[in-house]
Amino acid sequence: MKLELRGITKRFGSLTANDHISLTVEPGEIHCILGENGAGKSTLMNVLYGLLQADEGEILLDDVVQHFDGPGDAMKAGIGMVHQHFMLIPVFTVAENVMLGNESTGFAGFLNHKDARTRVQEISSRFGFDVDPDALIENLPVGVQQRVEIIKALSRDAKVLVFDEPTAVLTPQETDELMAIMRQLRDAGTAIVFITHKLREVREVADRITVVRLGKVVGEASPTASNAELASLMVGRAVELKVQKEAAKPGAAALQVRGLTVVDHLGQLVVNDVDFEVRAGEILAIAGVQGNGQTELTEALLGLQEHVEGEIVLDGKKISGEGVRKVLEAGVGFVPEDRNEDGLVGGFSIAENLMLDRSDSAPFVKGGGLQLGYRARFAAEKVREFDVRAQGIDTPVGTLSGGNQQKVVLARELSRDLRLLVAAQPTRGLDVGSIEFVHKRIVEARDSGIPVIVVSTELDEVDALADRIAVMYRGGIVGIVPAGTDRETLGIMMAGEHPDAPHEPPPAPRDLDDASDDAGSRGEAA
Amino acid sequence: MSDQNAADAAGRADVALETGARVAPDDQQPNRWNDALRQIVGGSVVISILAVVLALIVGAILIAVTDPGVQKAAGYFFARPGDTFQAIWNVVSGAYTSLFQGAIYNFGRPTFAAGIRPFMDTLTYATPLIVAGLGVGLGFRTGIFNIGGQGQMLIAAAFCGWIGWSFQLPPVLHLIVAIAAGFVGGAFWAAIAGVLKARTGAHEVIVTIMLNWIALYLISYLLRTPGALQAHGSNNPKSPAILPNAVLPPLFGPQYQLHWGFVIAIAATVVVWWLLERSSLGFKFRAVGENPNAARVAGISVNAAIVWSMVIGGGLVGLAAVDQVLGTTSGGFGSSIDAGIGFDAITVALLGRSRPLGIFIAGVLFGAFKAGGFLMQAANGIPIDIVLVVQSLIVLFIAAPPLVRAIFRLPTPGRRPPQKKAPATPASQAPKEVAAK
Repeated sequence: MKLELRGITKRFGSLTANDHISLTVEPGEIHCILGENGAGKSTLMNVLYGLLQADEGEILLDDVVQHFDGPGDAMKAGIGMVHQHFMLIPVFTVAENVMLGNESTGFAGFLNHKDARTRVQEISSRFGFDVDPDALIENLPVGVQQRVEIIKALSRDAKVLVFDEPTAVLTPQETDELMAIMRQLRDAGTAIVFITHKLREVREVADRITVVRLGKVVGEASPTASNAELASLMVGRAVELKVQKEAAKPGAAALQVRGLTVVDHLGQLVVNDVDFEVRAGEILAIAGVQGNGQTELTEALLGLQEHVEGEIVLDGKKISGEGVRKVLEAGVGFVPEDRNEDGLVGGFSIAENLMLDRSDSAPFVKGGGLQLGYRARFAAEKVREFDVRAQGIDTPVGTLSGGNQQKVVLARELSRDLRLLVAAQPTRGLDVGSIEFVHKRIVEARDSGIPVIVVSTELDEVDALADRIAVMYRGGIVGIVPAGTDRETLGIMMAGEHPDAPHEPPPAPRDLDDASDDAGSRGEAA
Repeated sequence: MSDQNAADAAGRADVALETGARVAPDDQQPNRWNDALRQIVGGSVVISILAVVLALIVGAILIAVTDPGVQKAAGYFFARPGDTFQAIWNVVSGAYTSLFQGAIYNFGRPTFAAGIRPFMDTLTYATPLIVAGLGVGLGFRTGIFNIGGQGQMLIAAAFCGWIGWSFQLPPVLHLIVAIAAGFVGGAFWAAIAGVLKARTGAHEVIVTIMLNWIALYLISYLLRTPGALQAHGSNNPKSPAILPNAVLPPLFGPQYQLHWGFVIAIAATVVVWWLLERSSLGFKFRAVGENPNAARVAGISVNAAIVWSMVIGGGLVGLAAVDQVLGTTSGGFGSSIDAGIGFDAITVALLGRSRPLGIFIAGVLFGAFKAGGFLMQAANGIPIDIVLVVQSLIVLFIAAPPLVRAIFRLPTPGRRPPQKKAPATPASQAPKEVAAK
């Protein structure tokens, strides 16, 4: 069945999540939709699946205009969806889950388990899935659960199958198996839509690639396109961001990281023997595709990771192995990747959030009691200085926009006496205006002589801020290059190849790579 | 060119986002009075009050339905419908009048001193509910569900009772030591659950429930064992009487039951308010309760907050046992000394929205239910279970604020102009809708 989307537009208030998106998926084809988080991929798929109604545009199946009021309609029309988070009931068996919502009943309304079992067996043998219809979902590994999702879609005669970020929760082996399944389905004539932001997977299975950015189709690419081309299409920004900054005047090496290795709570090697140093008054940008160990690296710097080997030395003092409290007291400012989860307490007021990391001692606390007067003055001053737009300092931060929330985080971190600033994805999800503000502040911090680490998956941001660029790939640093290195080189490095030897295979043996990549993507999913 | 447009669109979206809290949907004029009204009406205090009102209404229906007079009159409803309504009015108004007279003021008494006596009873019943509610509420604010009030009270009763009858100490000192012992007993029993949660991640609900049983059988055993908690020369599982020096003295003279424990409850309310709203420790408790991840990243020890919150909360619950042992039943106690207060405290904390003042008011309300319930049963023959049903309904209605809102057609708090959250909503909605299919 041929799927065609014509001019799909979906607006939320004044925000346009999908802006006249058109694409065609032919039967027997894997069509990748590639884009950053928040580019509008999921909105598009929710429109296709009938969860959202498009404001404009139409959906055609085999050249017939369709109208979906809900997922039920979409399923009936032959569209199946494999969600990133599985929609399975853990205490039910495979067969029960497959028939759920589509139960066939026999005499007196009894469920026809036998029918469902046969069906599962039939589909699973057709594609060599090896799924036991009587196994309980909760006992199955994630990869097999995903196959159950696929069987579920196929059992309803899906001719168009949508995979929404399917590999986020899979190990590399499971990912490879999924790829094989997708190819098999394609060869059987199913039209497949594959949504992802991982370049490697796209290049591996896609027949055609559509790149979405800011709700618009920004280009089509063939799977032979290089990683660098795909990356620049995907992360490239409509507006060229220029940060006014002088050349760095780097001082002595302030932060030294030697042999840093992090094993996450699942026992995966996520940061693998990393060495680098940051000098006072310079910005070291850590670039790389999401999930290559950057998150864990910053968490290790802060003392948030438990299993850390190697040494982190700040101003001659060892801070690795200390708790978060001690690291913060040593003068480390941290802008976390996920500000809602790790940076702010949503129910707290702006003023309360501004004192969050200094809840123990003067000036905010004296004799065990909060100094409300001081806090109010401090908050009022910071709100003015950082241009936080809110009704007042008592406004809960949960009600602020992303840009204003990030300003609160920055105001808090930059108001301490810093010896090091670590900013992870400091502008993720922000609008253009706030991005400029955040960048300006980070450069100001650098100019005041603070060593700065900026972790970013966006090459534009790396370009705008970095004095030096470290590229991470599968837990290791591929290389550290000076600012102004061209994107193609960076793109190659982000794919794990060293620029000096672009045609050689990645530096580490493949199985180790896989393990760390797997861990990286797990961390990202969590 | 199209790129430029995209940037413009993003810019415009942001202008709306920046002022999102005040901007109304596109077609409406912004109106801050309207917003303020929404916040007040949609606020949780109103929900609490409405939950109580609603529970009383359902209680009235139950009283009417179960009353034999009403049932008889309903038998000839179509002949004389007025009789039925008359009967309903009589029984419901009679019941709630008794509830009022038993809980607040009895107009049948000649003097004010005698008339106000029910209210003094109410405050007496309220005293342990308030302190225990404060303890449970403190846990709620830290994100902990402490349902081990029963066990904490039993252990606290043993601690403070033992001090109360075993030693001869000077008047005021004895009382203070006994009260402190009760606090320590509750704190100790709650700390077990706190440490287990902090160290091993054991869920506090399971652990506190289990500790309830352990405490119950431990205390029952000790009360049956001569030389332990059992009174000398007695065969009953009952403790000795508290020595006079350790008894909480009556607050307004011997004609009322109300004792100094009520003053302790007021003081505890103020202290807990200060702790939560004005102290560094309380700030950490609240940060951990609202977002433990952010608290951890900000260098706050989540484990320490959990343990200390349990210790202080358990101590407060222990004070409820002190009220019982040294105040209300100073003649010696049995293994039912907790009188369900540990569980009622959860309702009180919920009804009071875990705010100290709210808990105080909720505690007085529940004290009134207890005091008035007895008169209602005695005077009108209405089973005291009705009062329990009303209490349970309050929990139900509070646990289901959207239900209360729907019944009273109140706006949902936090429902904002769609700009802000809209992009996130579809994604988060999607799984639910699919699951519903």
